[in-house]
Amino acid sequence: MNVHAASPAVRKTDPSRIDLLLIAEMVTRGSRVLDIGCGDGGLLRILSDKHDVDGRGIELSQQGVNACVAQGLSVIQGDADRDLIYYPDDAFDFVILSQTIQATRKPKEVLEQLLRIGRHVIVSFPNFGHWRMRTQLLFKGTMPRTSNLPDSWYETPNIHLCSIKDFAALCAELGAKVERAEVLNAYGYRLGFTMPFFAQNLFGEQAVFLLSR
Amino acid sequence: MSETPKAEAFSENSLRLAEISNPSSEIVHFPADQPLQLDCGGTLAPFSIAYKTYGTLNADKSNAVLICHALTGDQHVANEHPITGKPGWWTTMVGPGKPVDTDKYFVICTNVLGGCMGSTGPSSPNPDTDGVYGPDFPVITIGDMVRAQARLMDHLGIAQLLCVIGGSMGGMQTLEWAAKYKDRVFSAIPIACAARHSSQNIAFHEVGRQAVMADPDWCQGRYDDEKKLPRKGLAVARMAAHITYLSDQALYRKFGRNLQDRDAVTFGFDADFQVESYLRHQGVSFVDRFDANSYLYITRAMDYFDLAADHDGVLANAFTGTKTRFCLISFTSDWLFPTEESREIVHALNAVAANVSFVEIETDKGHDAFLLHEPELFDTVSGFLNAAAAKRGIVGDNAGGR
Repeated sequence: MNVHAASPAVRKTDPSRIDLLLIAEMVTRGSRVLDIGCGDGGLLRILSDKHDVDGRGIELSQQGVNACVAQGLSVIQGDADRDLIYYPDDAFDFVILSQTIQATRKPKEVLEQLLRIGRHVIVSFPNFGHWRMRTQLLFKGTMPRTSNLPDSWYETPNIHLCSIKDFAALCAELGAKVERAEVLNAYGYRLGFTMPFFAQNLFGEQAVFLLSR
Repeated sequence: MSETPKAEAFSENSLRLAEISNPSSEIVHFPADQPLQLDCGGTLAPFSIAYKTYGTLNADKSNAVLICHALTGDQHVANEHPITGKPGWWTTMVGPGKPVDTDKYFVICTNVLGGCMGSTGPSSPNPDTDGVYGPDFPVITIGDMVRAQARLMDHLGIAQLLCVIGGSMGGMQTLEWAAKYKDRVFSAIPIACAARHSSQNIAFHEVGRQAVMADPDWCQGRYDDEKKLPRKGLAVARMAAHITYLSDQALYRKFGRNLQDRDAVTFGFDADFQVESYLRHQGVSFVDRFDANSYLYITRAMDYFDLAADHDGVLANAFTGTKTRFCLISFTSDWLFPTEESREIVHALNAVAANVSFVEIETDKGHDAFLLHEPELFDTVSGFLNAAAAKRGIVGDNAGGR
């Protein structure tokens, strides 16, 4: 069945989660938004309450879907690998895939679908090129585990991890335009524009990309 | 299970007949000069629609919620049933403070066209003869039922329904409403249903109809004129259908292989097992409140339902341009209308970028789960409906939803 099935719980929204705030900042007021892997609907709620967007969600866990719908959010049960094909081209102004692309079966195809159904695509993901990952593998010789990616290799839902450099390369391959890229360190602070790219890939713990075709 | 005593059977039958001609609910008669156009090509005139309402219609008539009942349901959603004396069929869902809150919404439920609780059906008087329609009643469709309901909404001066809700055949009506009257449906909750009746379901219906028609007391559909009643046939039809409403697990949990009032099997064909006794009771009691010809006509209407077929075979085309907010609900153990059927509708709605929610509820109660105590069902309906009401600008005790 699906890769997310290993994930133990619904994504709980920590209101201080900086990547969500960054995403919310990227979304235009009053736009039509699809949040894929919307968890308990926290981001959708922020977007519809504060940014007046027409928000929809897709969530794999039935528990998450039911919680969202009970709050009045428009959410369906589904997953990024299977269900995006049903949407028409340009169905949304923004399509958001937050901390989920690394858990999809075919990230490249998913990204292609995102770019098809959304005029803008926002993807946030953990950076596997972070120095902690590199040092754990290099010195301990074990699969890295961090507070951000705490699961053991045998039970992690994250089967397609990538570095910021990898992701940027995929965007280039698909001809996606990177309108904005924000890299956050372990404390949630944005790394400055002045920092060279290799250093961002080394010190960034997660990244948020705003893409368009 | 023993047969119902004759005197009691007669008195219950007279209650049933009284509801056909003089229902314990509101009724509106559309005269002969206001015929109902039917999908079969003909018209029906005059015709009547019996309905119940709960709550109060607000000044701008924006808080009306239409409940559509299933195959053997009726308009008595939330009040004592006039024939059986039992509580209404959806008292868990509809009432003051319930998910469909009658303190806030004006709830309407009609007896469907073809039914036997006051709306025009095969047991209604045929204006062309001295008797009732019987088998001369035209074959009706889900579309005809909904067209008749729309006429009632016109009569009540309700331009747009805040929500149309229904399970099973009620879900089919809900989809038909959303497809045919896009501007009149602000939101829709189709539960445990499909956009077309599956071949397996048509097959089950055919078994039921054949059981009725094989009963000599059916009299080629003219049992009313002959003062007879195809009790056995209709009871068997109900027994077969009832199995499809439950899941294997639910039946096993309820009855297992337990014996009925005996310690050992009797090596005969009496109801040795509790499950047999239960089914026999379901069959026998059904006959007291339902008309056999109505059963034939309404099952046929479900068989004919195929929303995509009316739109070049593409289901999404049925919903092109819709602004309706949808919430589809299915149940994991429902094998009559499995989740995949709901998911097909969700995909069609996604294809037209409609506003849609979809919840699958985990339960072992089978298709009937929509009528039973399912807290997740209640949370979903109340959350969705409150959000729809808030969008529609309706304020009330529960408005806002969060």
